[in-house]
Amino acid sequence: MKDIFTYPFDSGFLLKKQKSLRKEMKNDGVKRIPVKIAVLAGSTANAVCDQLELFLLNYGLEPSFYISEYGQYWQDAMFPPHELTEFSPDLIYIHTTNRNINSFPAVTDSREDAFAAIDGEFQRYRQMWESLKEKFGCPIIQNNFEQPPFRLLGNSDCSDIHGRVRTVNELNLKFAEYAENEQKFYINDINYVSACYGLDAWADNLSWQMYKYALALPAVPYLAANLAAIIKAIYGKNKKVITLDLDNTLWGGVVGDDGADKIKIGMDLPSGQVYSEFQEYIKLHKDLGVLLTVCSKNDYENAEAGLNHPDGTLKPDDFTVIKANWENKDRNILETAEELSLLPESFVFADDNPAEREIVREQLKGTAVPEMDGAENYVRIMDRNRYFEVVSLSEDDRRRTEMYKANAQRASLQKSFSDYGEYLDSLDMSAEIKSFAPPYLQRIAQLTNKSNQFNVTTRRYTDAEIEKLASDDSYITLYGRLSDKFGDNGVVSVVIGHKDNDTLHIDLWIMSCRVLKREMEFAMLDNVVSEAKKCGITKIKGYYYPTAKNAMVKELFGSFGFRKISDDNGNTVWELETAGFEPYTKHIRINTEEN
Amino acid sequence: MDEIFERLNTVFRDFFDDEDIELDEETTADDIDDWDSLNHITLMAAVEDEFGIRFTMGEVSGMKNVGEMAQIIKDRA
Repeated sequence: MKDIFTYPFDSGFLLKKQKSLRKEMKNDGVKRIPVKIAVLAGSTANAVCDQLELFLLNYGLEPSFYISEYGQYWQDAMFPPHELTEFSPDLIYIHTTNRNINSFPAVTDSREDAFAAIDGEFQRYRQMWESLKEKFGCPIIQNNFEQPPFRLLGNSDCSDIHGRVRTVNELNLKFAEYAENEQKFYINDINYVSACYGLDAWADNLSWQMYKYALALPAVPYLAANLAAIIKAIYGKNKKVITLDLDNTLWGGVVGDDGADKIKIGMDLPSGQVYSEFQEYIKLHKDLGVLLTVCSKNDYENAEAGLNHPDGTLKPDDFTVIKANWENKDRNILETAEELSLLPESFVFADDNPAEREIVREQLKGTAVPEMDGAENYVRIMDRNRYFEVVSLSEDDRRRTEMYKANAQRASLQKSFSDYGEYLDSLDMSAEIKSFAPPYLQRIAQLTNKSNQFNVTTRRYTDAEIEKLASDDSYITLYGRLSDKFGDNGVVSVVIGHKDNDTLHIDLWIMSCRVLKREMEFAMLDNVVSEAKKCGITKIKGYYYPTAKNAMVKELFGSFGFRKISDDNGNTVWELETAGFEPYTKHIRINTEEN
Repeated sequence: MDEIFERLNTVFRDFFDDEDIELDEETTADDIDDWDSLNHITLMAAVEDEFGIRFTMGEVSGMKNVGEMAQIIKDRA
């Protein structure tokens, strides 16, 4: 069965079944990250929150909502009522629409007055954002404006400064410019989503007049999906890999039967153009740090020959892993995931064959499987599902393909050494291990939300919490950044502990799996202990709470020389005396100096 | 008319996630616990989706009970 949260959505079904869908997901035993969302709305927002909840539950987030009184978005932002302060949101969503533009320029206004009216409107919104930033400091998501329901000036409405279309476009540009310069401010682009949906169907006047909904109810799931995509990205739940079938997915025809010279790709024929366009679209993802892999039922030689077709955009080199064999596809994806130290839930599987999709959907829960029907629809289908929503383009994202490539190089280097220590030395590793500080705070928060496997407590932290910890003396915080001769891995490990007299309790210990077996966890340990000693700590207590994903660190503290002092249904507590501790690290140069 | 009621019954049961709902001509919002003004519009959208119609503003404001709703759907068919 098609995944109901995959584009295109069956709005009728989602609206009709929202209650039972919600109940089903809430009772499925999946551990989700709680997110408190304050919705400041300029129109009725209840159905928006209901649908948003479904999409977020599906993404592994568990929202709770504060919804402003009808139309009180501005008042709530400027003078937060007690309930809102008490609620203490993790995220604020401002659901305003063109119904909430108070002053459009009048046709009789002078040009200056018209501009002033638009700027006045923008300032009203900006004040609100500044006030929320100061009071709550959490991420803010702001709708831009959909196009207006009528054009008094006809086509000139978009060019004349008195036109409402022009006003909407000017405001949207000002919103975008503000977003560009703010760290935790995101635009929910309803201008685009309403256009895709069809403006006339979206801007249903009956819903507004009768119920004060600024959009038609069947459009609500589309709004919610778009918004949920931003939120899941903020919480580090974007996909990371596109794994692609070849025959009739990346080119037309079957390379094994037709021969590499006969497959349809390239600009000569429409039937080849459509695949070229899809290949170009896929290739663009490399700049976002998305990894590309192949998962095809083919002989390897044929797959390679197809990918080397002179008119193809994607070449064998663009793929981090190529699986071309006759194994089941779910097996191949699992193996690929293991090779990349990623989970299958980080994968998007693109295949034109419904039977293959069904197998993967059944076997690998969490792997996204878009409905790739009709090559002419591939780009839209992939794009609308918003698997790779960009909330901030970090340097790490842009370099991810490089980093994984470097990993592959490291692996081949490893084979040429008999002794593992010798191999580690040859990597020429250096680490920067320091207390939390800018500009790493955002990356640190991102890591706490993304790490599932090498994570002893699976505690999640928001940007705001990380900022607070960075300046709190009762905590020891450390981030670790690892470089070697193949490249910079960026920030890959984070430890947080709170002090209690002479004891340090470890709240969080995480590491990115791409630096496993590099001695980095020991480098972190050495620094945790030395920092602790500096503060007069004599005892460090570690905690392990099992989840479905973190079995690999079950014995982490044991491997560090901690003594297990209790075991309550698998929840274990460990202890280490700092006196007499000997540092472990032998193969990494460590820089701990404060900047 | 019976067929319309049957389909309406299914929509209502799905929507309120309550298998005990039995609609009749006289059923109103007062008879179903969760049927309030906030989710009324979503319920209307679910009914519209089921029958592939859109109610007009006059119809939505005039509807007094499920019987009238069914009559409107029947007239549209």
